[in-house]
Amino acid sequence: MSVLIVFIQKAIVQGICILYGALGEIMTEKSGNLNLGIPGIMYMGGISGLMGAFLYEKDNPDPNALVGVLISFLCAFACAAIGGLIYSILTITLRVNQNVTGLALTIFGTGFGNFFGGSISKLAGGVGQISVKVTGSAYTAKIPGLSKIPVIGGILFNYGFLTYLCIIIAVLLSFFLFKTRAGLNLRAIGENPGTADAAGINVIKYKYLSTCIGAGLAGLGGLYFVMEYSGGTWTDNGFGDRGWLAVALVIFALWKPLNAIWGAFLFGALYILYLYIPGLGRSMQEVFKALPYVVTIIVLVFTSFRKKKEHQPPAALGLPYFREER
Amino acid sequence: MKKEPFLQVSKRRNKARWQERLLIRFIALILALIVCGAVIVALVKMNPVDVYKAIWDGAMGSERRLWQTIRDTMVLLCISIGLAPAFKMKFWNIGAEGQILIGGACSAAVMIYAGDKMPTGLLLIVMFVASALGGMIWGMIPAVFKANWNTNETLFTLMLNYVAMQVVTYCIVFWENPKGSNTVGIINQATKGGWLPELFGQKYGWNVVIVLILTVGMFIYLKYCKQGYEIAVVGESENTARYAGIQVKKVIIRTMAISGAICGIAGFVIVSGASHTISTATAGGRGFTAIIVAWLSKFNTFIMVAVSFGIVFMNQGAVQIATQYGLNENASNVLLGIILFFLIGAEFFINYRVKRAKK
Repeated sequence: MSVLIVFIQKAIVQGICILYGALGEIMTEKSGNLNLGIPGIMYMGGISGLMGAFLYEKDNPDPNALVGVLISFLCAFACAAIGGLIYSILTITLRVNQNVTGLALTIFGTGFGNFFGGSISKLAGGVGQISVKVTGSAYTAKIPGLSKIPVIGGILFNYGFLTYLCIIIAVLLSFFLFKTRAGLNLRAIGENPGTADAAGINVIKYKYLSTCIGAGLAGLGGLYFVMEYSGGTWTDNGFGDRGWLAVALVIFALWKPLNAIWGAFLFGALYILYLYIPGLGRSMQEVFKALPYVVTIIVLVFTSFRKKKEHQPPAALGLPYFREER
Repeated sequence: MKKEPFLQVSKRRNKARWQERLLIRFIALILALIVCGAVIVALVKMNPVDVYKAIWDGAMGSERRLWQTIRDTMVLLCISIGLAPAFKMKFWNIGAEGQILIGGACSAAVMIYAGDKMPTGLLLIVMFVASALGGMIWGMIPAVFKANWNTNETLFTLMLNYVAMQVVTYCIVFWENPKGSNTVGIINQATKGGWLPELFGQKYGWNVVIVLILTVGMFIYLKYCKQGYEIAVVGESENTARYAGIQVKKVIIRTMAISGAICGIAGFVIVSGASHTISTATAGGRGFTAIIVAWLSKFNTFIMVAVSFGIVFMNQGAVQIATQYGLNENASNVLLGIILFFLIGAEFFINYRVKRAKK
């Protein structure tokens, strides 16, 4: 029983990293931009959040946890949004290919994260190991009282605030996309920007905003990984391929934020499943690690078999929009 | 009254002349180098002239470094050549990483299990064919689904990369040497079985020959063959292709088979001709970089030679700066990213004309 609880907890923690990225990517893709820079953007968000908190705590003899949280949160969101802005300028204003731009952004962002992660202490004057104890502890603080309830407390209330924020954002994003006028406009742009433009929607503005905000959201996934998962430290490439899993999760969730929530937990569970199945040889463990990707491929294939309208990607996904070329 | 926009953007009716294209790219590269220099100066506070000198030094400083640059250029070039036909067909093959890994794993398997059972020439041919077949199968899986059910190939090939990575780690469990190290180590270190031999006294001579043959071959295939023309038609419009009697499904699957096979051969070149080992880092992100190379060169394989050389040159230079000034080696990816942003952005000025609005 206790093993099962630990497994569910770990799966949720893994899932939340991916969920942030997937929510950001859903927001972006609904505007017709396929941002393959999400893995890089998540690195950028993670490292800048850590750097913000680190520089604040380093110069401050008595750091305040709340200020540290605010600084790192804003840094992560802003830096990731700047990544989204680079992507937007290149693909929306300069109309270059989205896949190529996204991949370049991933190369840049991953390098950016690992570079500053590896040399931040050196650049700051050689203070040794990066640690942001105070801020990190605020991120990992559990809900007092509730987390002590047996079983239910362990499964539901045993996480830092970013976990709950992520679920709230998913619900809000779903409400925004499917129940508000602005969300309808955004979806219209993703389906057919020409028609949306003719209907008087400012296509450029919507695309810019959704891509940058989406990137910012994805950046929070990096922050979550650095602060809550690793407790305020950085390991090179520690974030691994979770960014691509986030892109995969968008497909798995069929571009719906609410599906993404349980999808994320499922992905998180598949990601660590090999650790919890007794008697697996080393070679079989490697086979199990491929599960999230195989599952995504299966979903991809099945949705293309069934061709149901509401399960398809936004029709204009990946295509540049230039008014004079209609 | 409505305000007139300050700048007018219009699509170029005729393609930009090659001199113009070259000039635009050159300006972009210079701007990128200035920004990179500024970033390095801000980080390590060194003289910008020294920065560029160190880049040159890192890529061309000694004969050994020069050959390393050539070796990496050949690998990147080989992958880009593999991607060219797929992209020309507008099939987004982001799965080069996976196809390289599978090709490399096939080479390594032959080296390990048959390294001392065959004469060198035959062994190398078997490895070559095995790699090409491995990459081909890995590339054809998404193509079959794309051709028959229009499954999104961008995401399918992307996911297959990670499946391929797990295939390689699975194999490493059986091949690890020494036991418990979780790495394969240098394969056949004593016998050099399955290593590409020296050519003209150069360690990487064969790599250059193989890749240059592919370069010329692919250029002719795309430009002068019927199949190359079919690829271009399918890429421009599938409906037109169908109307003209081209079997679109067949073309898609055949093209991806070629694309995957060449990426598999890149795996062979890496394993047999350079690293003599296999790990998940064998492809090392080059499958992604090559996508950008192929796209920037507009599928012209000779331009690819220049572009891949330029990118490898900068990369080696950045590595040199990083070691020289005690920076983290990931600095090279940051600089590479900046250069790519500029080169990609320059495409806009090649495809569109920007004019001051007339009063």
